[in-house]
Amino acid sequence: MNKYRLELDPSGRESPWWVTIVALLLAFSLVAVFILATGKNAATVYAKMLTGAFGTEFGLTETLVKAIPLMLCGLGVSLAYRIQVWNIGAEGQFVAGAMAATAITVYLPGLPAWSALPLMVLAGIASGALWGLFTALPKVLFGVNELIISLMLNYVALQALDFVVYGPWRDPAGKNFPGTPAFTAAESLPVWGNSRLHMGLLLALVAVVAAWVFVQKTRWGYELRLLGANSEAARHAGVNIKSYAVLVMLLSGGLAGLGGMAEVSGVAHRLLYGISPGYGYTAIIVAWIARLNPFGIVVSSVLFGGLIVGGYSVQTLGLPSSISNLLQGAVLFFLIAGSILGKVRVRRREAA
Amino acid sequence: MELFTQLLTAAVASGTPLLFVTLGGIFIEKAGIIQLGAEGLMLMGAVTAAGVYLATSSLPVTLLAVLLVGGLLGLLHAFLTVTLRANQIVSGLALTLFGGGLSAYLGKAITGIPLSGAVPKFDFGVLGQVDLFTLSSLALVVVLQIAFFHTSFGLHLKAVGDNPATADVMGIRVQGMRYFAVIAGSMLMGLGGANLLMVFSPTWIEGMTTGRGWIAIALVIFARWNPLGALAACWFFGFLDTLGFRLQLAGSTVPPYFLKMLPYLLTIAVLILVGWRTQHRMSRAPQALGIPYIREQRF
Amino acid sequence: MDGLPAVEFHNLVKQFGTVLASDHVNLSLAKGEIHALLGENGAGKSTVMCMLSGVYRPTSGEIRMNGTAVKIHSPKDAAKLGIGMVFQNFRLVQTLTAAENVVLGDSSPFWRTRRWMERKTKEIEALALRVGLPFAAGRPVAKLSVGEQQRVEIVKCLYRGNSVLILDEPTSVLTPAEADQLFTTLRKLKSEGKTIILTTHKLKEVMAVADRISVMRKGQMLATLDRAQTSEREIARLMVGQDRSPPKTRVPREPGEPLLIMDKVTVVSDRGRHALDEVSLTLNAGEIVGIAGVAGNGQKELAEVLAGLHVWKSGTITFREFRWKGPSVRGSIKQGIAHVPEDRMISGLAGGLGSVDNLLVKSYHSDERANLGFLRTALNRLWSQGLVEQFDVRTAHLDAPVKQMSGGNQQKLLFAREIHQRPHLLIAVHPSQGLDVGATDAVHNLLLGLRAEGRSVLLISEDLDELLLLADRIVVLFAGRVMGEMTHERADREQLGMMMAGVT
Repeated sequence: MNKYRLELDPSGRESPWWVTIVALLLAFSLVAVFILATGKNAATVYAKMLTGAFGTEFGLTETLVKAIPLMLCGLGVSLAYRIQVWNIGAEGQFVAGAMAATAITVYLPGLPAWSALPLMVLAGIASGALWGLFTALPKVLFGVNELIISLMLNYVALQALDFVVYGPWRDPAGKNFPGTPAFTAAESLPVWGNSRLHMGLLLALVAVVAAWVFVQKTRWGYELRLLGANSEAARHAGVNIKSYAVLVMLLSGGLAGLGGMAEVSGVAHRLLYGISPGYGYTAIIVAWIARLNPFGIVVSSVLFGGLIVGGYSVQTLGLPSSISNLLQGAVLFFLIAGSILGKVRVRRREAA
Repeated sequence: MELFTQLLTAAVASGTPLLFVTLGGIFIEKAGIIQLGAEGLMLMGAVTAAGVYLATSSLPVTLLAVLLVGGLLGLLHAFLTVTLRANQIVSGLALTLFGGGLSAYLGKAITGIPLSGAVPKFDFGVLGQVDLFTLSSLALVVVLQIAFFHTSFGLHLKAVGDNPATADVMGIRVQGMRYFAVIAGSMLMGLGGANLLMVFSPTWIEGMTTGRGWIAIALVIFARWNPLGALAACWFFGFLDTLGFRLQLAGSTVPPYFLKMLPYLLTIAVLILVGWRTQHRMSRAPQALGIPYIREQRF
Repeated sequence: MDGLPAVEFHNLVKQFGTVLASDHVNLSLAKGEIHALLGENGAGKSTVMCMLSGVYRPTSGEIRMNGTAVKIHSPKDAAKLGIGMVFQNFRLVQTLTAAENVVLGDSSPFWRTRRWMERKTKEIEALALRVGLPFAAGRPVAKLSVGEQQRVEIVKCLYRGNSVLILDEPTSVLTPAEADQLFTTLRKLKSEGKTIILTTHKLKEVMAVADRISVMRKGQMLATLDRAQTSEREIARLMVGQDRSPPKTRVPREPGEPLLIMDKVTVVSDRGRHALDEVSLTLNAGEIVGIAGVAGNGQKELAEVLAGLHVWKSGTITFREFRWKGPSVRGSIKQGIAHVPEDRMISGLAGGLGSVDNLLVKSYHSDERANLGFLRTALNRLWSQGLVEQFDVRTAHLDAPVKQMSGGNQQKLLFAREIHQRPHLLIAVHPSQGLDVGATDAVHNLLLGLRAEGRSVLLISEDLDELLLLADRIVVLFAGRVMGEMTHERADREQLGMMMAGVT
């Protein structure tokens, strides 16, 4: 008979911050095994990823460019996750926003910057929010699990993207390149110097602050936090769960849609096939690793932006860029395990 | 008639991989656990099948490897969700991301290399040629149907998924059954991926499942957690999958993208329908689905 | 009743941390006996029965069966010894049929054809019929009535060949007719030599069916009596005990204007029964009205209706001359009704949030706490600090998660929040449950303080001492009905005890 047993601390104190660090280290070690298996030196690979992402000015700006959509999408899903609404549809909401912003350039061409850009921003947010609403309605009206709906809508959005990019909005002068004609300067977000770093970063940071203020300082943010902490107590206070499910999906979708707009207007300057290399999915990890905290999301989105850029930079070493996906998944696994194991205590087994 | 058999064959070919995954999903969910890693498991099964077969040209070894990989990943998910009682949704998502990344990584070397003649076909006369996977899937449906509804094992499984506290009190080993279900079900999901590769489109391409794993998860609900229901649902969806392609061949003017949307839109429609109809009745879903089981402290 | 006793408890002790739930309990049960175990909630009946059925392990002491000492470490052990327990929340899988539930846990045979299941179903139905508890064994349990579900539970025990049956508050879910049927069955089983233990608080039933009666109070076994040689009065007296030390300062007051008038209010519970049955109640300003009764007799629904959480089927509710149209949480709060719920960590406080956030729960939309939708953070913190000091809430700091506080401090925080609203009516449900003496005193003083200010309290409690101490009037609820009412001056413990147990 064991003298000791493991027991989850029922007070559920948040696992300490160093658990996140340990999880990251373990994830990198695990992937190192896979790297070694293909005969490469893991240290060289990681070093190259690091320098590629953060070592040069180009790398740094690229990392930030990648961080922008991650930040916006991550912020969006974090709001939903606060009340256990599992929005996996950030990818589709992102694409919806990108498409709506592009629609402005297609159907209202030649507008000056002071009207084009705000319109595009609004269109992006609105269409992302609408896409989010398509997930919320079946949930509150029919009790359908939002997870699968939002996921299916991702695929629908991607097909719609293909349709417009190969079809009606296609650039006739684009040879075989599946994309729309380039946006005018008025339709593109201004950039920083010679890099690709665009004003979308500002929008993202504003969104982060706005989200923080909303959650911590307003009465609706308060209701949201109360709902997330104890839905029964919230009910006793008169808070309506269903309205909040809809609200967070609108906000979530809107933020992801803004991310889509920022990507087409600030980086790609056109709508093209593969506008999102899975930002919506990476954003889930970005939000989770930051424990749904808006400022933490800034940090984790930069980290994962770096991961993506690093992944591209090691292609010269003969490794596929999907190594960053591998790392993302591994990180998430170790985080999950870590957050639970961080709460384990050793208890003495009572004498029978 | 010719067209009909063609369509049926194509529907079955496309639906069978889905069927493996859906059956696996049913098995796992009946025990009360959600396995969202289906997409990742399929991809890992496919890349394992491609890699091992190209290396060994031996079907038995390939299948064994696929089962092993699926089983290991399933074990990981089981450990996280049953023993550590982690959030099942996040764990499943992690599995999908990890499986997606790992399969892309491992598959880089073998991308685009076709497999051929890997899977033996059996002649069924008027029904044409039926491959091994399709046959096994049908056998599996029968076996699972019997197992779930006509054995004590099936009864215990249902109890574990509906009311683990009661099952525990009645002496059923809840943790053990859940581990078994998750590992076995994940193996089936990996097998579905192998099937997709070896029969349906015999060349590894990164992300070749294009969301089929997710559709299968929705089909578990559509099938009402019933193996026979899964058979009907998967073949129906397989039919839809090939319909788009056929319609295009037939000169339809509808852009193919909308046809490709059909499976996903239909999944949504189906879920809404099921949700709407079960609103006032008790859902067929395992009652304890997604809720970790914590045994009441015995002091 | 000859031979060795079927079950014996020798100095059974159960300690949970510092709480002594069972205090050297001794009991002896014979074969072929129906034994009633009486006591209020928290008296220790459930703990003792849980030790017998393997859910808890005794801290010390011995259990003997047929003269031999046994160790019961799990429900499985208990089952092997032939002990079966029917809990108040049934251990049934709702989606399986009754028959499937009965055979659950049997691994043999592995292969079960439809015919096998049909045969078993008929077998079980026959068994049920034979003992006088018929039900349709082929129906899913979810489709059976609550009374029928209980029968399934009992038949489950019989099917397993249990010789000792423990029934936990069995008639709480039955209609009077069903209860009579149950008793007939129990008598039949007794004649077959089974030992039956009933835990209950209902005197009438005890006198109808039990052979012997044991009364527990505060974890101790007070006495075991032969039914033939005792009376309802004697048992009631044992249940509620003697008067304790004289009450604290409580100034008699003249009650003010009527505040709340409930007229023949009927509330249907989740299970479809009348949780409140034509209840009429009046509350005046500056009054503490105590609602006495064992939990489960309608108190929860009463509190919920007044808090705006539950709809009522018929009757009228008038508060401050305003007749209510329907339930509304916000409405109740606005009209000045405060609510300290029974399970503070489930319905009252959000454990993961800090004191400030928890204090804001009822007032965050008021002008003092928020301006144009923005919470006045700095002001709210000051306000929280003030409240925490005023109510002597001990916490590490204002933002420490409330779940880390002791029960007493949590309760004080809850009271701080509710009282601060300057309510006309405070509904306090089991407010001192689980609190130590100091915290209990603090709570009592708060309630008396409200009364002194001319506000009213609806005090729902199982603790008669508390009610006798604080309440101006005590109303007894039993099975959803008002059994009777007593003023503080005329309060008679014994009488109250009898009313609580269902005797008029």
